[in-house]
Amino acid sequence: MKALAARRHHRFAPVVLLLLALLVTGGVYAALAPTPANAETASTEDIETGQKLFQANCATCHGPNAEGTESAPSLVGVGAASVDFQVSTGRMPMQMDGPQALQKPRQFDEEQTAQLAAYVASLGVGPTIPTDEQVDASQGDIANGAALFRTNCAMCHNAVGAGGALSEGKFAPPLWDVSERNIYQAMLTGPQSMPVFNDATVTPEEKRDIIAYLVEQRDGSAGGLSLGSLGPVSEGLWAWIVGMGLLIGAAVWIGAKSS
Amino acid sequence: MSDYQNPRSPESSHREVGHREQHGTLETFPDPGLPEHKSRMADRDPQAAKRGERQVALLFGISVIGTIASMVVYFALPPDGTTSGVRLSTLSLGLGIAFALLGIGFGAVHWAKVLMSDHEKVDERHPVASDAETRAVAVQELEAGVKDSGIARRGVLKGAVISALALFPLTIAVPLVSSVGGDWNVSKFKHTLWRSGTRLAIDPSGRPIRAADVTIGSVVHVIPDVSEEERQSHEWITEKSKAVVLLVRLDPRDIVSTQAPQGEDWAYDGIVAYSKICTHVGCPVALYEQQTHHLLCPCHQSTFDVADSCKVVFGPAKRPLPQLPITVDDEGYLVAQSDFHEPVGPSFWERLK
Repeated sequence: MKALAARRHHRFAPVVLLLLALLVTGGVYAALAPTPANAETASTEDIETGQKLFQANCATCHGPNAEGTESAPSLVGVGAASVDFQVSTGRMPMQMDGPQALQKPRQFDEEQTAQLAAYVASLGVGPTIPTDEQVDASQGDIANGAALFRTNCAMCHNAVGAGGALSEGKFAPPLWDVSERNIYQAMLTGPQSMPVFNDATVTPEEKRDIIAYLVEQRDGSAGGLSLGSLGPVSEGLWAWIVGMGLLIGAAVWIGAKSS
Repeated sequence: MSDYQNPRSPESSHREVGHREQHGTLETFPDPGLPEHKSRMADRDPQAAKRGERQVALLFGISVIGTIASMVVYFALPPDGTTSGVRLSTLSLGLGIAFALLGIGFGAVHWAKVLMSDHEKVDERHPVASDAETRAVAVQELEAGVKDSGIARRGVLKGAVISALALFPLTIAVPLVSSVGGDWNVSKFKHTLWRSGTRLAIDPSGRPIRAADVTIGSVVHVIPDVSEEERQSHEWITEKSKAVVLLVRLDPRDIVSTQAPQGEDWAYDGIVAYSKICTHVGCPVALYEQQTHHLLCPCHQSTFDVADSCKVVFGPAKRPLPQLPITVDDEGYLVAQSDFHEPVGPSFWERLK
């Protein structure tokens, strides 16, 4: 301890401390990180616990019986899929008012999310949480998924799912890190600015094709550095600033006299 | 006049250059000549020359390593068909080749700069025009040629050669010009495939849409319901690009207005259909924000309010998106009441004629 105390003013001490802190945070998160939820079997008990959780955490905005208030919509009929999407991605409960609810570490564990979903699902018929088979990318048709994605999703989420800007601070998030289940639920329920793609307009098989296409994109581009897949903005920035800069630098070096 | 004498341009110091009028008086200053030659480190210090040699050798060495590395990579990391495999293969091969070439280039330039002779030489410009004698000979040759051809005497040949040269450009000009004006039929911009009773179908699968299937908040990208053969035809892509429609179902209470004239109903129970082609420069407008009912164009951020006749609320577009009048048929499928009532897409000269 004495040796440690003596070195606490060493110039690398802050760096070492920071690394240690990051390591501990990461370790604790990895240990406590939740596994995906699946609310298949909802008992009366689950619904009752879900109701208590709802009243403690959600009722302030959504009303004591989820009927909605001035500041938040009614949740009657949104279904378990919507609750599971919003709560498992940490978007709900919302941290603060803003252009849109942001993704953040989830506040409820798998069981609590399932209980909340069971409660909201008991209020009215709505979209249910998809089964593992419905979101199995290996059973999807990637080419058809690409065609569907280009028509229905690419205008906001970018042709390869890199995300993009909407108006007034809202944005369509990148889709590479979104779980298959959450992609399905988002299409089904239309969270926030996103429109709804119900099972009649995009069939469950077509949804699975889209998921297969997105899963394929996780590998990135075969062409090396994708520069965020953002198209002319980032590519132009690189070409004009980095590329031209290097060429000018080389020209100056060639023309300069040796010392 | 300065005392400075540049050994390479002795007369330059006597010339007066840079006449400049300043406050009404002529101010002159002497030609500064070329800057004094400075010898390089490598010329003064054998140690530095040795160092320069080592640096050049190192750069060429990098090239050799790059070449060897690219050969190793070529055989050790062939593209295995997966995305990451292809990326790894091409990236490492490219890096190897880059170092191989950059090493040679930088090595050669560094060699020339540091070690090769650094004598400064002046190449004086010579006049552009040839001397009088050469010009006289050239004119003589030309005159002799004209005389030899007899073009002044042989009128038929003169006419024939001029005709041949004058006509030849037609072989290039006619195909070029005629294809420019190949199709002056602007009326096709004013009509699309939509007819009274055409069913609305989902893009790209072509399934017709039932009104009951479109829930509130839903967006459907729509094409006219045509036969499979028609969708495989050559004209389909042109027709589709005019006819595409965005179908949205709003809560009927949210609808402020539609483009339907008094006494007509162009929507069906909160379902409205608007052309997807921006009235600015024709991009597909398709970024729909469900909560604000705003429809954004990805190209120039024109924003249309779907709940209020698709009026422009932001951006460079000047006109609302044309609305497609819709209703349902006996089987509950959504159908068009008619074609659009105005040309879709951006403005063109004959638009209102």
